[in-house]
Amino acid sequence: MSSLAPPAEQRQPTATSKADTAIRFENVEIAFEHPVLEGISFRLPHGETKILMGEAGTGKTLVLKLALGLLKPDAGRITVLGEEITQMREEDLFALRRKIGMVFQESALFDSLTVEENVAYRLMEETGRLTDEIHGRVLEALRFVELEHTVDLFPSELSGGMRRRVAIARAIITQPEVILYDSPTGGLDPVTSDTIIELIVKQRDVYGTSSLLVTSRLQDAFTMASHCFDQKQNKMVPVTDGGIRDLYTRFLMLRGGQIIFEGTAADLLRSNDPYIREYLS
Amino acid sequence: MPIFSPTEIAKEQVEAVQDYSLLAGRSLTNIFGHPRYFADTLLQADSIGVGSLPIVILTGFFTGAVLALQTSSTLQQFGSLSLTGKLVSLSMVRELGPVLTGLMVAGRNSSGMASELGSMKVTEQIDAMRAMGVDPSKKLVTPRVVASMVMLFFLSIISNLVGLTGGFVISYLLLGLDPNQYWTTAYQALRFGDVFMGLCKPVFFGFIISSIGCYYGLSAKGGTQGVGRATTQAVVAASVLILVSDFFITRLLMGIFQY
Repeated sequence: MSSLAPPAEQRQPTATSKADTAIRFENVEIAFEHPVLEGISFRLPHGETKILMGEAGTGKTLVLKLALGLLKPDAGRITVLGEEITQMREEDLFALRRKIGMVFQESALFDSLTVEENVAYRLMEETGRLTDEIHGRVLEALRFVELEHTVDLFPSELSGGMRRRVAIARAIITQPEVILYDSPTGGLDPVTSDTIIELIVKQRDVYGTSSLLVTSRLQDAFTMASHCFDQKQNKMVPVTDGGIRDLYTRFLMLRGGQIIFEGTAADLLRSNDPYIREYLS
Repeated sequence: MPIFSPTEIAKEQVEAVQDYSLLAGRSLTNIFGHPRYFADTLLQADSIGVGSLPIVILTGFFTGAVLALQTSSTLQQFGSLSLTGKLVSLSMVRELGPVLTGLMVAGRNSSGMASELGSMKVTEQIDAMRAMGVDPSKKLVTPRVVASMVMLFFLSIISNLVGLTGGFVISYLLLGLDPNQYWTTAYQALRFGDVFMGLCKPVFFGFIISSIGCYYGLSAKGGTQGVGRATTQAVVAASVLILVSDFFITRLLMGIFQY
């Protein structure tokens, strides 16, 4: 068991900020033509993964965009890595966003750039060109997602699953303190979905990165809550110690603009809420 | 329940003007800030400048040629055929060169910018850029605005020269004018105010073309249909704005140079 992800006291989250919370939402409200989020509050501690669940249109993606400052809430406070972003100017947000990785629902790779240029995008912004050091880091990130052979390909030449993996490589290349995953397995076949989930679990257990993950696939959510990454076998394995091990994975369910559940997988399964029971069935 | 609300429509229009003004303003103030994207600017200059060269040359040449052809019959009635060079020169340099170049580049590049940025917008590439800490107004808009302003300046000069050449070809081959007479009258007709007007307008037109193209691209929504709509709107708005601003710039400069 020694090669498995380290237990709580040994695990070293990537956080460098002093705040104990990676992301905090306090009474956040946002409406478009009608209210979407109505006063939601939650906190994501450093090193924890929070899985956002709920029906389509309940504002899951919106939560990620608000956390990244891509949208501003109508009311409430959002604190990310110790900084309140609600009133922050766009120019100041750019610096903060460099500490956060985001994997978009449809990958959002730059279609006119190669895989290498996509993954290196953030680093090339700092140096202005593709250096040998950046090339090395790109290969390392692509190796993490097992796609180092695709460096010279364009996104249009990749399958849907490969594009998601490249998007993950692009998000992790700078080892961000927080990663936001927006339906990373949406529309993929079960085998590819498992590969993506394994990568997310690997990132969680090896680097201790805090993350918010939006998914509609129950299977993926429970796989994350019941598996950890074995570095010796270099694969994800089920936890067999009867749920004693803390996998730093919590669930958060949205409904009608409100959070109706927050807790562990076990709590979710024990819930007597009729809606949750129906959702899980 | 009303089918449409005039208040909402007015609000949307005001918001659109506000968003455009902010984007246009930022595209200029970004020039003085960091980071600066020289490579992207050069790439855009190549696409806008060199890429538009064939259509600008063709338009300029035939405009000058048709101008000489159309005016020759009138001038001949007054025995002033020798003034063809002067007429072509003043018309091309002060008005037709910059405006036609602007309209041609608007058709080619405003639409190109709107469709390129619009596609990036609807596929979340703009959000991805922002998410990675890169300012799209600095990375995408400012290089296009700078490149358009600089390249339209040079394209207009080329258009003027080619237009004059077109007028010369007609004057020499069809009207039998003396080449020396054509070029001398064409050259001597131009005053500082004419040249200034001819070189000032394309800079404004370049700004309009690029800022409008980028604005419609970045505000595209509704998938591929939305991108198509943004492209059409960009060309229409840029063309109309070029003609409207042309009137005001001309009036202003005529006042300054006391025509």
